[in-house]
Formats: sequence, C-alpha cells, structure tokens
Amino acid sequence: MRFTQLTEPQVKDMLATIGASSVESLFASVPEAIRCNGNLNVPRGVSELELLKDLNTLSGKNKHCEELVSFLGGGAYDHFIPTVVDAMAGQSELLTAYTPYQAEASQGILQLFYEFQTMICQLTGMDVANASLYEGATAAAEAMTMAANIKRRHRIIVAESVHPDTVAVLKSYAHARDLDVVVLPTPDGRVSASKLASMMDDDTAGVIVQSPNFFGCVERLDHIIPRVHEHGALAIVSVDPISCGLLKSPGDFDADIVVGEGQSLGIPLQYGGPYLGLMACRKEFLRKMPGRVVGMTQDEDGRRGFCLTLQTREQHIKRERATSNICTNQGLLAIRASIYMATMGKQGLEDVASQCFHKAHYAAEKIAALEGYSLRYDTAYFKEFVIQTTRDVAKVMASCRERGVLAGVALSRFDEDWADCFLVAVTEKRTKKEIDLLVDALEAV
Amino acid sequence: MAIGSEFATKKSDRSSAKPAQLEQATGRGSMIPDLQKVNHPLLFENGAPGLCAVNLPTLDVPTTDKKAALPAELIRTAPTPLPEVGELDVVRHYKRLSHRCFSVDENFYPLGSCTMKYNPRVNERVAAMPGFAHVHPYQFESDVQGMLELLYRLRCDLAEIAGLAEVTLQPAAGAHGEMTGLMIIDAYHVSRGEKRTKVLAPDSAHGTNPATCACCGKSTVSVASMPDGRVDLDDLRSKVDENTAAMMITNPNTVGVFDDQIAEIAEIIHAKGALLYLDGANMNAILGITKPGDFGVDVMHYNTHKTFSTPHGGGGPGAGPVAVAEHLVKFLPKPQVVKHEDGTFGWDYHRPDSIGIVRSFYGQIGVLVRAYTYIRSLGRDGLRDVAEKAVLNANYLAARLKHRYKMPFPPPYAHEFILVPEFESAGVTQHDIAKRLIDYGIHPPTMSWPIHHCLMIEPTETESLATLDHFVEAMLDIADEVENNPSIVKTAPHGMPVKRLDEVAANRRLNVRWQAES
Repeated sequence: MRFTQLTEPQVKDMLATIGASSVESLFASVPEAIRCNGNLNVPRGVSELELLKDLNTLSGKNKHCEELVSFLGGGAYDHFIPTVVDAMAGQSELLTAYTPYQAEASQGILQLFYEFQTMICQLTGMDVANASLYEGATAAAEAMTMAANIKRRHRIIVAESVHPDTVAVLKSYAHARDLDVVVLPTPDGRVSASKLASMMDDDTAGVIVQSPNFFGCVERLDHIIPRVHEHGALAIVSVDPISCGLLKSPGDFDADIVVGEGQSLGIPLQYGGPYLGLMACRKEFLRKMPGRVVGMTQDEDGRRGFCLTLQTREQHIKRERATSNICTNQGLLAIRASIYMATMGKQGLEDVASQCFHKAHYAAEKIAALEGYSLRYDTAYFKEFVIQTTRDVAKVMASCRERGVLAGVALSRFDEDWADCFLVAVTEKRTKKEIDLLVDALEAV
Repeated sequence: MAIGSEFATKKSDRSSAKPAQLEQATGRGSMIPDLQKVNHPLLFENGAPGLCAVNLPTLDVPTTDKKAALPAELIRTAPTPLPEVGELDVVRHYKRLSHRCFSVDENFYPLGSCTMKYNPRVNERVAAMPGFAHVHPYQFESDVQGMLELLYRLRCDLAEIAGLAEVTLQPAAGAHGEMTGLMIIDAYHVSRGEKRTKVLAPDSAHGTNPATCACCGKSTVSVASMPDGRVDLDDLRSKVDENTAAMMITNPNTVGVFDDQIAEIAEIIHAKGALLYLDGANMNAILGITKPGDFGVDVMHYNTHKTFSTPHGGGGPGAGPVAVAEHLVKFLPKPQVVKHEDGTFGWDYHRPDSIGIVRSFYGQIGVLVRAYTYIRSLGRDGLRDVAEKAVLNANYLAARLKHRYKMPFPPPYAHEFILVPEFESAGVTQHDIAKRLIDYGIHPPTMSWPIHHCLMIEPTETESLATLDHFVEAMLDIADEVENNPSIVKTAPHGMPVKRLDEVAANRRLNVRWQAES
C-alpha cells in the first residue's frame, strides 16, 4: 500500500506482541451494525504515474495567469514572487514541522515567526503583531470581536468600500456573536469622515476601513481615525501590505488594530487560498489579540531563544474563555511572507509599490481616454481602480478574454448597482506592452 | 566531533543506540557540528544599508507625479524599516533556521491528536502545477473547469467517506469548520422556530470545542466520562434538554478509545431535537471502517492536515471541510461547487437558506488540491489501510510500553493512546520524559492533555517497524535513566541549540518583536 511500510510478517509479529488475533480484532469496539467494511464509493487508488497524468489533465484544463495577461485583483494579486521564496519555503523541515510547542526542537520556526511579527510591525507601523490568522476577511472579523471585547460594546461600523467578502464575513461572524454590523455607504468610493462621525454612537466598539480600499482608492486615514477616537471607538484598518512601500502606514495615523490580506507577500494565487491573515495592534491590546505569538527569552545558560508566549489567551488553555477559537496559524504562508519581505527588503518593497503605482496610473489614464470608459471615482488610488463603461461589461470582459486578456473583475458579481463597472488591478509584473494590449482590447469591443 | 556535550545527539539518527553513543554519527550534524549551538543572528542583525536581494525590470511606462496623484499627508516620507540583506545571506538565513526544527521528514513525530503522518512529495508537485497554483479566484468559470472538477470530485469523496449528504470546502481550518458547523446547527434550529443556546461536550473534548461555542454565543456543558474513557450516559441524559443545540463529540475520543455507545448517544441527543456534531480530528482511525453518518452524526468537520496528509507547515495552513446530513444541506455556506446538467462545473450562489460566507473566495484551495491528490493515491483500499495500520501501530507501541508505563485506559486503542509516567519518587515528570525524547531524535508526544501527567502518543500509519522499535527502546532507556541517572532526564534536552527556555520570563517580560537600538 502507498505510504505505509509494514510487511505481512511484520504485521503478524506485531499482532503477536499485542496479543491480538487479527488487525480486525483491534476494531472490536466499533459495533458491527455501524461498520462499512471497506464499502466506500471512492475510486481505487492509482499509481503515481497515473495520478500525475490525471492531475496534469485537470490542471491543463485551467487557463492560468502565466499564460493570460491578468488585470484581476479584488483582494488577490499577481505580484512577482522571487525564486528564493519558493526555494526556501519549500524546505521540507519547514513544510513538515508543526506548531512549535516544543521550543527546544523548534527554534528555527520560532525565530522565523518572531521575525515575521517584527516585519509586519515594520510594515504597518504598529507595536505588536501575531504570527498570522487564516486570511484577510476572517482577520477583520477577529479584529471586530477583539474591539467588542476591549470596549465592551456591540456595534461595529464597516465602510462599504471594504472588500464585499470581508463585509459578508463580518456579518456572518457578527450574527453568531450577537454583534451589530452597520455598513457606512461610500458613494464617492471612499469614506466621508463627516458622514462617519454622524453614524458613531456610544455603543460603537470599532470602525473598520480598508486602505487602499476595495475600489483601489486611498482612504483619508488622517481624517477618519481622529473621528473614530473622538467617540471612544477603535480604528481598525485593513491594509494591502504592498502599499506600505509608498503610502504611510496605518500606525502613522494612530490606528488601533491593523489587519490585512497578506497574499501579496509572495503567496501564489491558488484560486483564492490558502492566503495569509495579518493582524497587528497597539501593545496595550496584546493580551486581547487572538492567534499565536512568539516571544524572545533565554535558556538556563542565558542563551537567546524563542518560545510561544501568552498561551493563556488560547483555546487549548482557556477553552471557552479564550480570545478566539483559532488553534493554528498560517505558518507556512507566514514563512513565505517572511522570506518575501527579507528578499525585497526596504528598497525592493519601495520599488514594487512605486512600479504598481506608475503602471496603474498609466493604464487608468489610457483607458479613461477611450470613448465609453471613465474612471468611476475621482479620488486618489494606488494599484487598482474602477472603470465605468457605457458598454456591456460582460461583453467587454469576454471580448478582452478572446484576446488573451483578463481585463478586470466585473463588479456585478458583488452588487447589481455596480453592473456598469469593473475593477482593474495593475501590478509590477504587467509591462507597457501588456497594458497597451488591454487598452487596445477595450477599444476594440 | 565538536558537538560539545557528551549527551549530544544527532536528531536524524534513527538507530536504537543511546544518545551518548551517537556522537560518531555521520550526516549533517558532523558536517556543521557547532552550528546548532551558535546563537543564530536575527535577520535584522544581518546585512547592510543599501543591500537588496531583488531587482525589478526598469520601469517602462511614463511616471506619474506622486504628489499630484496622492494627498501629501498620505505619502510615506521615510522608507519602511524592513531588513536589507543580499540574496546569499537570505538563503543562508532560512537554510540555517530550517536546520533548527524537528519535522516529519527528519524525525519520528508521535504528537498525539495531530496525526503527523508522512506528507507525500507528489502532493506538493501537484499543488505547484500552474493550472492550480496560478489561477485567480475571479477568472471565468469556463477557464477553470479543471479546478472546479477537482473540487467537485473532492467534495463528493469527502461526503462519501463521512457517510453524509454534502460537503462545503470553504472553512479554513478545523476550528473554523467547527464554527461553520455550529452556525449551520443554529440556522437549523432557528428555521424550526427555536433558539437553543447549550452545547454538550465530553470533558475530554478538544479546547477548540468550548472556544468555538463561546464564539457562537453558546454555552458549553461538560459531560462526564467513565473511568474507561467512554461517555457516561447517565450524565448525558441528565444534561441534555430542549435547550441543547448539539453535542460535540470526538470519536475515537481524545483518550484513544472508540466509544461503542455512539449510536445510543446519537439517539439520546436526537430524542431532544438536538444534533450530533463530530469533531473529525481522529478520522484517521476509522477511514473505511465506519462512516460518521452511519453512527448518527449530523455535522462533522475534517482536518485535512491530519487525515489527508496536507503538510502542517509549522502551524498551517489547514483546511476544515464540513459535511452535513440531508436536512442541513440547504444551510451550507455559499457558493457551492456544482456539476451542471451539461457536464460542466460552476459555483452556485443561489442558496437562499445558506448561513452566508465564512471566509473570502472559496476555501484553502491549495490545501484541498493536496488532499484530493492524497485520496486519489490511496483510493478506497488505501484509505482503509491507513486506519488499519494507524491502529495497529498505536496498539503495538502500547503493548510494548505497558510494563514500564501506566496505561490509564484499557486496550484496544484506536490510532493513539495515553500513558502516564509514574516517576514521582525520582522527581521526574512527563515533561522531563518529553524533553529527553528530543535527545533521541524523537519529537515529544502531546503532554498533560487530556488528563493530567500524561503523554498522548500517535504514531500514525506511515512509520516503519524499525522506527516504532526505536521509539520503544528510547522510552525504555529513559525509564532506566530515571532509575540510574535521573538528572540527565531532568535537564534534557542536551543536544539542541538551546536548553530549556524560561517561558515564565517570556510571558512576564514580553519581547515579541525586534527593535533597533536607538
């Protein structure tokens, strides 16, 4: 059998040691009435060769972003991943280890997480970070719960300009946790600080905004966050980590909790997951933050070492009084993001952000100059923008696809009110030639 | 050899020799003998200003004036303080860190409840295929038919293995699956005009169970276990009532016992209108033996990293698909992957009774691709073989260790078992035994849970007899050491980069990030 390695004689010897007559007899506690006796309607196992043929065929049925020219974004971006990231994150010592409960035998992973936490703080401008959560939307939901616990309040305001999946997940979580989620409309593509102020009340625990937001627009955190604090609520900011190479960090504006989708940091698209939930906060909230946290300490000889810390917040100690039910982190993806950030470094991240900015602005100006296409929002943006068109969006998308171009995300999938809009993302990977191809394809529709 | 300590050992050595005799071992440790003992610098202590390990193409579009396009108040004025390291030093840094970890690929890892089985290499190869790794979640469905077909096949296989009607692949991890399951259960009761707030769980339940209940606004009531590890049915009967939404149970349970009363438990729960939730953490023990749907389970989650061999990755990513019985299908999260009448595949968003979405996009797809690959490799016979060998290995270890270690629960065991070292007179605890195992190149078992002073041992099905015997001999040697030289056990481990760490100080003087010295 694949992957087990006991011979028949060995099995016999082992049974003799146990004092059992058969392997079957080891299952004596499973009543006969509920046994399926191997009657599983699952295909028979196949050899590795057959398996690879079958899965190569399935993989081959997918048109992927290395063979199409992709301007798709909306929370998942086609950024360049340096070879070093795959090479070092693929090391099987990292791949096949588990949660570093046994610190002495896990110093490598613990140090890696400590460095990850540090780099997330460096990017977000926050005091402390955890060793990652599932992905961006659930990270925002955990921040919502955290704010409600800290403030002992029940209401959360979330901007409509936050990713629709995040808003939906917030609602699902809030329903289960008896919190109220109120959506702040953003007809201008970003939050109006005065409108936000008018919605605040004494039961508002936190306000969740995303910047750059779902429409690609940059939110005025410098205007928003003071209004949140005026009402004693917490400012929760969801951030695209790449944007921190160009834009000030949420921490620069006094954010309380920063969350984000870390997929941009060296994680392949993988059809939407697994990705990387980021969370950082002020140090006074550290004990209320969910998720794994690694700390530096010393061994009995005074040698520097690392271990899991603040475990008394976690479910395996605190059970029903834990800060969250989360039991794992996205270890391998935190490792990938660490290697990505180490590889890019200070200069590389600035270059990536800068190239995204210039290329997106070049693309937007060209598209907006075409007849029948315009920028939906008249506001500052980073690497992504919404195009409104007088043409049929589905036809536009299909026509571009015929030319090998994925022109953007049709926003009708989120809201029928946005049926004449699509979202275009431009990363550093797109060349001038590819952008011109998109412009030509849009014009030819 | 300059490993340093006379107790030093090579973590990858699988022989049954005692650690002190392992000094002459060959391999990585002998090539870079003192690397393990050297304080490995932090990334931030490496490099020099101006270094960078990446170069991007020259910008080929006209530039845009940032100050004109962005509000001045929002533009970064100083670069991020990220590290500045050259490519070779980035590689060396992560290479050296990887040497400082125990892993399934190098070490026997009998971490109870975590199912640290071999992760087949082919799974990684498949997940890296471009048609799986580089597809965007918002591509046209017609462009991702292969991906959708794989996901559809996987959800059907998982439903079949569970003996339940339908599966959602959306949850991101086991605990996330629990939450999804409880939300489904809540939706079911609400649809019947009921608001039930109580969830029962045996006292041996995973910590995630009560934590999940709390996240879902439910209170947990603990049900007593009998001395043999099974649920105390009288206690269960006295606690289940019309306010009980569900019982969360793990079977085989966390003490390694398959509760043969499970069908009766289901009846007791169902009689009060409550539902039975199975924590699928221990599915490895019953694959192809019995199906949860056949013993009365209404909802369950899988842990793909446990049962279907997706890598644990230092803590994740996992995936937590949830299977439900027919009466709960309409509450599953949306969208659902479906096969259309014309044979094509797509996402169904039209599910009006759905609990909604529990994460962005569709799920931990890269993890699910690996799980599917594993199921295809094994097939129905291979899956049953997994359960048989996992259970055989656990019972073999227990049989060989029972003379030196107390077994608080009676055999036969499922895929894991619990033992209690009784060395109080020598002042040696389960903690010390665990740390000493590290010197033998073995990752310690789970400690002090689900009962005090215990070790929870799960060998998994993929280990060879030689490895199992090495573990037994290590455990027996350590028992001898406790008698003859207890200090060697109490001060273990000896061959690691660090000795026992001051975890109390780590909590008291919190240092959770590096700061530049100002």
